[in-house]
Amino acid sequence: MALETTTHDLEEAVIKFAGDSGDGMQLTGTQFTTNSALFGNDLGTFPDFPAEIRAPIGTVAGVSGFQLHFGSKEIFTPGDICDVLVVMNSAALKSNIRNIKKGGIIIANTAGFDAKNLKLANMTSNALEDDSLSNYTVIKIDVTRMTREALTDIQLGMKEKDRCKNMFVLGFLYWMFNREMDNTIKFLNDKFGKKPEVLEANLRVLKAGYSYGDTTEQFTTRYKVEKAVMPAGTYRSIMGNQATALGLVAASKKSGLPLFLGSYPITPASDILHDLAKYKSFRVKTFQAEDEIAAITSAIGAAFGGSLAVTTTSGPGMALKTEALGLATVLEIPLVIINVQRGGPSTGLPTKTEQADLFQAYYGRNGECPIPIVAAQSPSDCFNAVYEACRISVQHMIPVILLTDGYIANGAEPWRFPKESELEEIKIEFAKPMAEGEKFMPYARDEKLSRPWAIPGTKGLEHRIGGLEKQNITGNISYEPENHEFMVKLREEKVERIANYIPEQKIDSGPAKGKLLVLGWGGTFGAIKAAVKDLNEEGFDIAHAHLRHMRPFPKNLGEILNNYDKVLIPEINNGQLVKIIRDKYFIDAMAYNKIQGLPFFKSELMDKIREILK
Amino acid sequence: MAETLTATNGEVALTAKDFATDQEIRWCPGCGDYSILKQVHTILPQLGLKQEDIVFISGIGCSSRFPYYTETFGMHSIHGRATAVASGLKAARPELSVWIVTGDGDGLSIGGNHTIHLLRRNFDVNILLFNNEIYGLTKGQYSPTSPENKVAKSTPFGSIDHPFNPIALALGADATFVARSMDRDPAHLQNMLLRSYKHAGSSFLEIYQNCNIFNDMAFESYTEKSTKKDEALFMVQGQPLVFGANNEKGIKLDGFKPVIVNLEEGASKDDLWIHDEHDMVKANIISRFFDHVDVEGHLPRPFGVFYQTSRPTYEAMMAEQINEVIKAKGEGKLDKLIAGGETWVIE
Repeated sequence: MALETTTHDLEEAVIKFAGDSGDGMQLTGTQFTTNSALFGNDLGTFPDFPAEIRAPIGTVAGVSGFQLHFGSKEIFTPGDICDVLVVMNSAALKSNIRNIKKGGIIIANTAGFDAKNLKLANMTSNALEDDSLSNYTVIKIDVTRMTREALTDIQLGMKEKDRCKNMFVLGFLYWMFNREMDNTIKFLNDKFGKKPEVLEANLRVLKAGYSYGDTTEQFTTRYKVEKAVMPAGTYRSIMGNQATALGLVAASKKSGLPLFLGSYPITPASDILHDLAKYKSFRVKTFQAEDEIAAITSAIGAAFGGSLAVTTTSGPGMALKTEALGLATVLEIPLVIINVQRGGPSTGLPTKTEQADLFQAYYGRNGECPIPIVAAQSPSDCFNAVYEACRISVQHMIPVILLTDGYIANGAEPWRFPKESELEEIKIEFAKPMAEGEKFMPYARDEKLSRPWAIPGTKGLEHRIGGLEKQNITGNISYEPENHEFMVKLREEKVERIANYIPEQKIDSGPAKGKLLVLGWGGTFGAIKAAVKDLNEEGFDIAHAHLRHMRPFPKNLGEILNNYDKVLIPEINNGQLVKIIRDKYFIDAMAYNKIQGLPFFKSELMDKIREILK
Repeated sequence: MAETLTATNGEVALTAKDFATDQEIRWCPGCGDYSILKQVHTILPQLGLKQEDIVFISGIGCSSRFPYYTETFGMHSIHGRATAVASGLKAARPELSVWIVTGDGDGLSIGGNHTIHLLRRNFDVNILLFNNEIYGLTKGQYSPTSPENKVAKSTPFGSIDHPFNPIALALGADATFVARSMDRDPAHLQNMLLRSYKHAGSSFLEIYQNCNIFNDMAFESYTEKSTKKDEALFMVQGQPLVFGANNEKGIKLDGFKPVIVNLEEGASKDDLWIHDEHDMVKANIISRFFDHVDVEGHLPRPFGVFYQTSRPTYEAMMAEQINEVIKAKGEGKLDKLIAGGETWVIE
């Protein structure tokens, strides 16, 4: 008879699954995630892939991880450090030991700690045997052996049997967190329905993992994370790049403009191209160009032709697109440029996150070349952000840069997704045909200072545009000194005037006036939100505002900044927004920076804020 | 493009004058670009197109001013990228007649990459590559088509660069229409422009163009009366390759080696190479008639259509893929797409 187990209620928990690339940790993580979502937890996830496609088995370079943060309270991030760390081999332990809480639980597959694996991970002694893990609760399971034993009478090769071992871990965790396993059983049936032996093997190992917890007398503690209180509605799980792709299709539908994507594959932006390439039934045209320059210039051609034209990239690709951004600015045509930021400069840290391309978006072109900038703050928010970027672009006849980052692009969260009918129409009108004898003025302007979108095929609108300086109204080439100054100021004013067509800045949490405002942008939203919320509960007089519109800023931003004694601007860069804010509003904003290719931890932000308010 | 040629656009007959703009032309007096502009304006009314359905896209360089002088839609884009801009436009709007005006610097140096990729994809566009073997707009540096030893501003001791053979390059990129003409032969140029237009797929037309300021008479051997007949070989489909003052010289294939024979000295016309623009092997051989006129025993420089073949265009296949998916799955439903695979309800 099993010992009586006690069940602890937790408000939240962070689990990280780590193993070799071939150990199926992404699948295990997503299964536990789906299970938690269906159960009703709020959650956030982040995958942690190796940069190498097929790193040698058993090495630190080949470790693949998946972190899940779930709770009965609101969850804003994938979690700082984990409560439970699952490691399938020595390398997985080595690369994640910094990420576990003191007193946390390590579940280790002992088969991954044999002499060969220790050597591959460059570990001189077996951490499971020495006392180096004495600060943690270590659960040692020979997962490989248990898996094989569960499958002795199944007609499968050893390799195929071993491939089921992630199901053992998943089953064990389902036991540990008091979960039903229906969703995974259904998933396995769908996936392996045509391969009965494989299906049977996976199901059996999953159940063996669960029973192992249930019947082995060594485990006496189980955990329970109750449902979260979340707004009623229908939810799905969404990753940032998926949301960006969906937002583009939605903007195409709601504007009536055909969607054209010119793109060149680059990490971590390629998934947007992959997704859009699938959406042919929405008449999306995706063009995998020969390079980053052709990607953006082909989009410029499509925009000239009347498409909702988009190019997607990451920092190094953005650098290559620079000249074309200038062209789009002078042409004054709509174009959405999406930069899924990664660590730089140069090739930098392709699979790691950073917010260091803000200056590039703001200033990185020859000449006076202002471009509106929109930033997304979470995986699901990429949908709203790209929709807004499209709206501004086509309604103001202007290129718009959308900044997301690798952290939110690959992170996932539950999303109470909108219905098509709830999305605001994006109204646009092409220039109308001209009667004989009338002269079309391609650079005539409306109250937004935007010029007509005159597409080829429209009678009487034949006109020539180009990168040479334009005369206002006529669009003819002009080298007049006064005209150039006029046009430079006009293009600046055109960007500034967008502020009349965007919402005012809101305070996300905290008081409208107080000691400290934490001003953030982009993917730091979750960590700042969580930190400020906790500190508010502790009684700190602080607030959080998060910018969607980076250029132009909302009209009331200056006023908001003046309502607080101090302003702190945390960024995953060496201080970029903080310099722009200081420059524009003459305030003594403080910077807080982390440049490690990693997102902020909530705890780091809380420590920093406490220190400032001391 | 494949439409039949008619003299009107179905409304009022257009003339060359209708394609002139009110912009002052800023090429140097005597520039070969004037002739090319004139020949293009001459053939445009013959295409049976409406002005608003034609788009000229250029990059940067002297030739790239072209769109400003042509009353159609136009874009003077950035250096080397006209081909990429045109690719996007043609993909988005297959029904438009898209023309690219570029030069040896714009299309073969800074934009060489886009040129070859456009050709392999076979967008139905017409590339007019004005080759003057020099950088004109930057005032006289050698270009990727300048001959070796070219003394120019940046090569005071002569160029050590080996030049591109644009025709061979286009063939290497699997272009479906490859031709050469010259500014000083209006009838031939008009004919080649019409052929380029008629071809359904990427048309690559190299046009020898004289830069009378920085590289005057670079092509004089082929354009001047005194030497043209001996140095220029005009290819005619189904006809033997002959040249010379009285068409007395011909090209014969000795195995794969082309040799010059003299019909007045006993060679038979029946043994001559018959030009076949659909023959890739022959096109590759004749594209290599590229020796400088100073080379002893050099072959004449060919003009006309080197190669023409038919291959589905990129934009047609793109549209077909979309149509097939819609036929199989129906028009996309946005609500269904946004909901994705698995959803759950919070009460």
